[in-house]
Amino acid sequence: MQTKTPVIDASGLKKAFNQRTVIDSFDLIVDEGKCIALLGPNGAGKTTTINMILGLVIPDDGRIEVFGQDISHNLRKIKQSIGVAPQTDNLDPDLTVLENLIVYASYYSIPRHTAKDRAKELLKFFALEAKQDEIIQNLSGGQRRRLILARALINRPRLIILDEPTIGLDPQARHLIWEKVEILKAEGTTILLTSHYMEEVQRLADKVIIIEQGKKILEGEPIDLIKRHVGEYVIEIPDGGQGFDGLKEDLDGCNASFEEHAKRLYIYLKGPCPQAERLGMRFEHVVKRPANLEDLFLRYTGRRLIEDHR
Amino acid sequence: MIKTVSLLFTRVWLRNFWVWKKHVRASLIGNLGQPFLFLIAMGYGLGRNVPEINGLSYLQFIAPGLVASSVMYSAAFEATYGSYTRLATQKTFDAILMTPVSVYDLAMGEIIWGATKGLISGLIMLGAIPLFGIVPSPWTPLLIPILFLEGITFSSLGMIMTAKAPNYEFFNYFTSLLITPLFLFSGIFFPMESLGHTPRMIVNYLPLASPVELSRALCYGYLNWVTWERLFILLAYSVLTSVCASLLVRKRLIR
Repeated sequence: MQTKTPVIDASGLKKAFNQRTVIDSFDLIVDEGKCIALLGPNGAGKTTTINMILGLVIPDDGRIEVFGQDISHNLRKIKQSIGVAPQTDNLDPDLTVLENLIVYASYYSIPRHTAKDRAKELLKFFALEAKQDEIIQNLSGGQRRRLILARALINRPRLIILDEPTIGLDPQARHLIWEKVEILKAEGTTILLTSHYMEEVQRLADKVIIIEQGKKILEGEPIDLIKRHVGEYVIEIPDGGQGFDGLKEDLDGCNASFEEHAKRLYIYLKGPCPQAERLGMRFEHVVKRPANLEDLFLRYTGRRLIEDHR
Repeated sequence: MIKTVSLLFTRVWLRNFWVWKKHVRASLIGNLGQPFLFLIAMGYGLGRNVPEINGLSYLQFIAPGLVASSVMYSAAFEATYGSYTRLATQKTFDAILMTPVSVYDLAMGEIIWGATKGLISGLIMLGAIPLFGIVPSPWTPLLIPILFLEGITFSSLGMIMTAKAPNYEFFNYFTSLLITPLFLFSGIFFPMESLGHTPRMIVNYLPLASPVELSRALCYGYLNWVTWERLFILLAYSVLTSVCASLLVRKRLIR
């Protein structure tokens, strides 16, 4: 097997802000052409990790190589080939849609006429050509997100970093963005994605890394992780006051694990379980569905509400 | 630090210039209104009743100082309210820092942009002086680099405030405690000689005193060794403040 230098190779990252650890012994490897998702609750350290890769947060410890080069020496050159779509909208409100792209291209030393051609191409790709002379304030949330994505591609990056690319968008706008990201992926662009939309991660990512409080807790291919750590099916039973006594014994012989939370019982099944099919007769509103990334995420980061630490 | 400033600072400058071009009229009137009004009110109004100072009419005496003060106001205003808006409200700096532009390129671009706006105001004031019957000396073109250095000093001081500012109200300290006192006590409206020895020594070394003196000296063509001392002070101020501002901007934006 051919060993290629990973696009991102970071190891032993540590960072504390005011004595509060936000990143703790974190390693990250992103291979060429892959989409890696960082999954974690708010404040888990996803954005901090991205900022470290961009040299905007200096790690207390650890080392980061991007495109095989140490970021502490070659940051300017490395960033020439990275495109970033940040979580917070930082489009330039003093400029129009087209100007936003052209001015941004200038930060990458892209000549004006090339920039203009590329900008128009990107506006077309993201269905924004009708808006090119519009000021930013007149764009909808979905249009702004698409423009942020277009801006991230103006330098034809080898690596794109998408920090919560569809946060706060309606389903239509979200699907449109996923479609475009899938095209980029098919073209072989390496993608680092953060999200807390499971559907997004399941659809786009080749590998997920679940982090909580700056620590990696799980890493692997989404389907594989779900099968291994959750199971194939999940049965959800709401507690209608009857209690779940004896239920666990009934499912003896099944490869099942249980979790009770907020008056709801979750049964995770790792294999066939004929007894489970009969639960519908004893309880009302029983739901049986395939296990998904959300189950994995919630099992590992807890079904409790994790407060935003920041 | 030198290693990490590149020509990319010009892109930051150009971005600001691009935006400025769009609202050029409002921007110029906003910056120039005040010194012009002072020149008219003090020079014509008050000046009629003030005796000559060093052989200059009161209008002639204050005009070069007001050129210097217009540079100060424009540069300081741009580097505080303007830069802070780009830093905190619009997150423009965050967007720029995702690109190959380094934080020092960014700081340099912003400082030089503030200085440029100062210079533009100063040049317009300078160009308007003949309208008030003042004939500038042949030395006057040398004033251009001086006003630019003054612009660097005040836009750097503004950037220092911006790097420290938690909100817009913070700039009230800067305006009330630094800019306004400098405007009133840097020898624009009365000759330094009328101050006592100690206050004169202090005022002499404040950042606006040198540009005011240099402006007057070049406008009326009396140059001597004091001019060189003034130039040195101004140069020192512009270097120190810009280095300090760059470091503080880095501290604010890189964690």
